[in-house]
Amino acid sequence: MLETPVPTEQAATRPLTVTVNGEARSGDVEARLLLVHFLRQTLGLTGTHVGCDTTHCGACTVLLDGTPVKSCTVFAVQAEGREITTVEGLAGGPELDPVQEGFHEEHGLQCGFCTPGMMLASKALLAENPDPSEEEIRWALSGNICRCTGYQNIVKAVQYAAGKLAAEGRQ
Amino acid sequence: MYPARFDYHSPSTLDEALEALERYGDEGKVLAGGQSLIPLMKTRFAAPRALVDINRIDGLAELREQDGYLEIGALVRHKACERSELLEGRYGVLGDAAPQISDPIVRNLGTVAGSLAHADPQGDWGSALLALRAEVTAQGPDGTRTIPVDELFRGPFTTSLAPTEIITSIRVPDPGPRAAGTYLKLERRIGDFATVAVAVHVSFDNGTVGRAGIALTGVGPRNLRADAAEQALAGATLDDAAIEEAARLAAEAAEPRDDIRGSADYKRNVVRIFTERGLRTAARAAA
Repeated sequence: MLETPVPTEQAATRPLTVTVNGEARSGDVEARLLLVHFLRQTLGLTGTHVGCDTTHCGACTVLLDGTPVKSCTVFAVQAEGREITTVEGLAGGPELDPVQEGFHEEHGLQCGFCTPGMMLASKALLAENPDPSEEEIRWALSGNICRCTGYQNIVKAVQYAAGKLAAEGRQ
Repeated sequence: MYPARFDYHSPSTLDEALEALERYGDEGKVLAGGQSLIPLMKTRFAAPRALVDINRIDGLAELREQDGYLEIGALVRHKACERSELLEGRYGVLGDAAPQISDPIVRNLGTVAGSLAHADPQGDWGSALLALRAEVTAQGPDGTRTIPVDELFRGPFTTSLAPTEIITSIRVPDPGPRAAGTYLKLERRIGDFATVAVAVHVSFDNGTVGRAGIALTGVGPRNLRADAAEQALAGATLDDAAIEEAARLAAEAAEPRDDIRGSADYKRNVVRIFTERGLRTAARAAA
């Protein structure tokens, strides 16, 4: 076996560059820094919430190259060179994303804590399946837990967004 | 920051990854999907000195049939299995297991090979792959070797892999033209581990059972093969009597314990019922 390296006493950091909501962002991070903490603490993007911290609740869901991941269960360094979308990246200026509009119109939230994760998971679902059935919506959101709504209005919110996207597509 | 400090390596070739692992001996860990490893590190149940992230190595995400085997590369995510038409029908035990693993967001990152290496006794892939008599290909400093899944699991979270070895792929032998299987899982809610799950596979041969594979999740210190049930089915006609006898033998093979998910008796009964249902499903699918 080769020589085992001496343990790192100092906090070794490495430069990290990722694209967040279309913008190149950099920082010097320790390898053990979780992606959610990079977003919230290093970049100040506190729209991504830490809920359970145990990979169960999905409040910290962000899109990594378009795919929903739980950002409490990814190290920031794993995102090097990749694209991240957080809830802050959904709206285009004053214009709400159809998913955001759906959650607003159908009142798809009560306390709102799970909402950023719900919306990003919904966004990814609609990108892949623009006309999901109720069952497909519930299935796609089954990694995101809401303790307030009973999910009824969340499902309606996604249906609203699907309808809006379809109407936009027809124009 | 929750996890202990570690050195991070993100090699672009397998050789570099193996070299990095060798440097750390039993203090290095492979990072694939990370959906089991990172939670363990956050709670400091695991504090490896180094992580070797294999996600930037090309060629490890193949999911294909080749040379009489289904090959599942080290970076094939649960989601890829859930979506693959290859895993329907003859490999139905795999296709049915995939969407029942954890939740849809975790499935975007978690890998089949990572699940095997993690060796959680409640892991789903272990049973599904036992039923199909799969083997893993592991590469280490001394070269490549093949390990049948039967010989991989030593106990809870313990495998026969050396710490310097990486599972590069899983190989599932072609189950033959007339084959079917399913994976039945009882969970308290989505994302929970199995209270009980049963993997059932049957390869038919001229109308009778050529070879059966039955493996159990959540009822022992590792995924268990129900040997006696498999043997009773070999060569049998898959009728009610054969199915009921195999289900009884599978329940006998279980080693359940009372816990918050249910009593040992209850779990043993679920094994029996699921084995029966699984065999009936296989019989119908292959009819």
